[in-house]
Amino acid sequence: MLRKLAVGLLSALAFAVSPSHADDSFIIVQSTTSTQNSGLFDHILPLFAEASGIEVRVVAVGTGQAIKNAANGDGDVLLVHALPAEEVFVAAGLGVERFDLMYNDFVIVGPAADPAGVSGMSDGPAALAMIAAAEAPFASRGDDSGTHKKERRLWQAAGIDPVVSSGTWYLETGSGMGATLNTAVGMGAYSLTDRATWIAFENKSGLALLVEGADDLFNQYGVILVNPERFEHVKAAEGQAFIDWLLSGEGQAAIGSYRLAGQQLFFPNAN
Amino acid sequence: MHELSAAFGEAFRLISTMDGDLMEIVLLSLRVSLMAVAVAALIGLPLGAAVAVVRFPGRGVVIAVMNALMGLPPVVVGLAVYLLLSRAGPLGDWGLLYTPNAMVIAQAVLVTPIIAALTRQTVEDLHGAYDEQLRAFGIGRRGMIATLLWEARVSLVTVMLAGFGRAVAEVGAVIMVGGNINHVTRVMTTAIALETSKGALDLALGLGIVLLVIVLGVNGLASLMKATTMVRADA
Amino acid sequence: MASAAPRSSLALPIRGEALALRRGGRLLVDDLNLSLEKPGITTLMGPNGAGKSLTVRMLAGLVEPDSGQVTWAGRAPDRARASSVGLVFHRPVMLRRSALDNVRYGLKAAGVPRGERRERAMAALARGRLEHVAASPAWVLSGGEQQRLALVRALAVEPEALLLDEPTANLDPASTLAIEELVSQAQARGTAVLLVTHDLGQARRLADRVVFLNAGGLSEDTPAVTFFDQPRTPQAQAFVEGRLVL
Repeated sequence: MLRKLAVGLLSALAFAVSPSHADDSFIIVQSTTSTQNSGLFDHILPLFAEASGIEVRVVAVGTGQAIKNAANGDGDVLLVHALPAEEVFVAAGLGVERFDLMYNDFVIVGPAADPAGVSGMSDGPAALAMIAAAEAPFASRGDDSGTHKKERRLWQAAGIDPVVSSGTWYLETGSGMGATLNTAVGMGAYSLTDRATWIAFENKSGLALLVEGADDLFNQYGVILVNPERFEHVKAAEGQAFIDWLLSGEGQAAIGSYRLAGQQLFFPNAN
Repeated sequence: MHELSAAFGEAFRLISTMDGDLMEIVLLSLRVSLMAVAVAALIGLPLGAAVAVVRFPGRGVVIAVMNALMGLPPVVVGLAVYLLLSRAGPLGDWGLLYTPNAMVIAQAVLVTPIIAALTRQTVEDLHGAYDEQLRAFGIGRRGMIATLLWEARVSLVTVMLAGFGRAVAEVGAVIMVGGNINHVTRVMTTAIALETSKGALDLALGLGIVLLVIVLGVNGLASLMKATTMVRADA
Repeated sequence: MASAAPRSSLALPIRGEALALRRGGRLLVDDLNLSLEKPGITTLMGPNGAGKSLTVRMLAGLVEPDSGQVTWAGRAPDRARASSVGLVFHRPVMLRRSALDNVRYGLKAAGVPRGERRERAMAALARGRLEHVAASPAWVLSGGEQQRLALVRALAVEPEALLLDEPTANLDPASTLAIEELVSQAQARGTAVLLVTHDLGQARRLADRVVFLNAGGLSEDTPAVTFFDQPRTPQAQAFVEGRLVL
């Protein structure tokens, strides 16, 4: 009996997680769930690995958390879409330099029946104003992410404060884009989302893309190397190699070549 | 109910094709959670038994705290362990964050109170029945703890299964300290969360069914172990 | 083979002096003096609630008296000498393992070297005619077998004293006989036996000396012959005649 137990325990321990290979070449990139969920990384990272031999491990969380993680030194590269916050990050000495990487745009989706009558519009604030007037359900990220900050600026431009109606027609999910879209589906609500997440999203049932094309729906992505002088563990050489590749012709082409459902999701725009 | 039948379809497809990614995720889930339960048992079994057997001032408070810690929210544990292991934290130099070992640590923290508290209850119940006889043998406290733990072994298997169930089903802790990195720290629950956030509900549910089958398997294995030990004893 | 108590005894005499014990406000044992010194069977008797079981457990060092003291060979009972005082409870407490392993557990606790344990355990089982169930889990044995096992387990470490708390109260006559034979054998080997019993017939069969307890106090302490033929107190008399003792 004792022997059986001992064998069982030993095999469990042998089964145990092997220590991380410190000599394996990898970097940690703090990025956002929307970028991850679009499938972009699955497309470009193998190309980079082949070119450089460096494995890229992506931690995909909300924008705020990604920036906070990087600010703690828990990553080598930061790749998000929140320009003001990124500039603060660099100004505080936490990042070396910020580079434009790629862009896409935001769109407003909503119930196909479109009770607020915004379908076909290309004016973000105007569409939001009509949604507010109709008191149609609107699912907001409510999590201080890049998308959420963009949404707040659009409401501001429309001269409306939706938060006073929080809990009635304005629903703050405090969640990522996917979870928020699931909520929108469940409640037949409108929502602001980046196009890439929308195209990749597999549970659209009943929702349709209603508003797109405005200048103020532009969504810029930036990439920053976490400052190795501030955090001695940062793998500066490999991190920089990744950034260099992303900004190079090869990397930019890889980004531009990514398609989902026949559509290009990201548009490279490094200088 | 379309989702449910689609989910079963997904689950069947995943299992029958022995999908490579799925195998990787399942294996990692098992390794992390089993290791966590092993660590938690190493600490929790003797700790629970000791509290059951030894009378000391403040014992009632310790028991209440142990019981309360069974309800530790996984996401809180994840946050606490993240703060410990973060480069900005006290153990940052160990470089454990975003590795499976960090996930083992977080789940061990989560499961240890469960094992300790339930062991304490089980051993205390036995203690009443055995105490005088064991003291008549001249057994001291350490012998009492070891003997009672062995006497309770059948119940304690169930206790450890409860711990395993808690570990393998939680997502809040492992996602915080593991980062849900593809091929590195992605386990069943974080994969389900990911697929859900992508709206791939059928796949998410399918993975959930696979997870349930795994848990059933582990429980079945334990029942088999119990049965064979009973049979051998009857020889 | 009866002999006087061995010269360098570890536990004998077991002496309880002025023992008193309260539970729930009631005085259950009151100013009790009792000593167990040499080989022979002393039966401890008395009506229900007289405090017999508590007395045994105090003498065994398992329960602390509220006042008075218990000594083994002049010193307080301690864990190291526990194997010198064997104990058999009213209901046998079996460990979840085989009959053989139950006996081996007691031997291990007494510090018997590993190499000797198996042989001595088998010998002990043989004495109780339990060799055929050596490998059986103890919990599948009958009540009588379990109590026999408890007794041979206690005797396997060759204690100087053996305390038994109504060991045959729940057993059938055949099991009772087996237990009584084992107790007699132990006495013949020089063990000092204290047997709590309800059963007058059993006392008549086994006792060399009778201690009679009533309402927590010691009423009589006399050789068996004297007790049964000429009980001194009216309570003892009532008891011997089979009447209820109030």
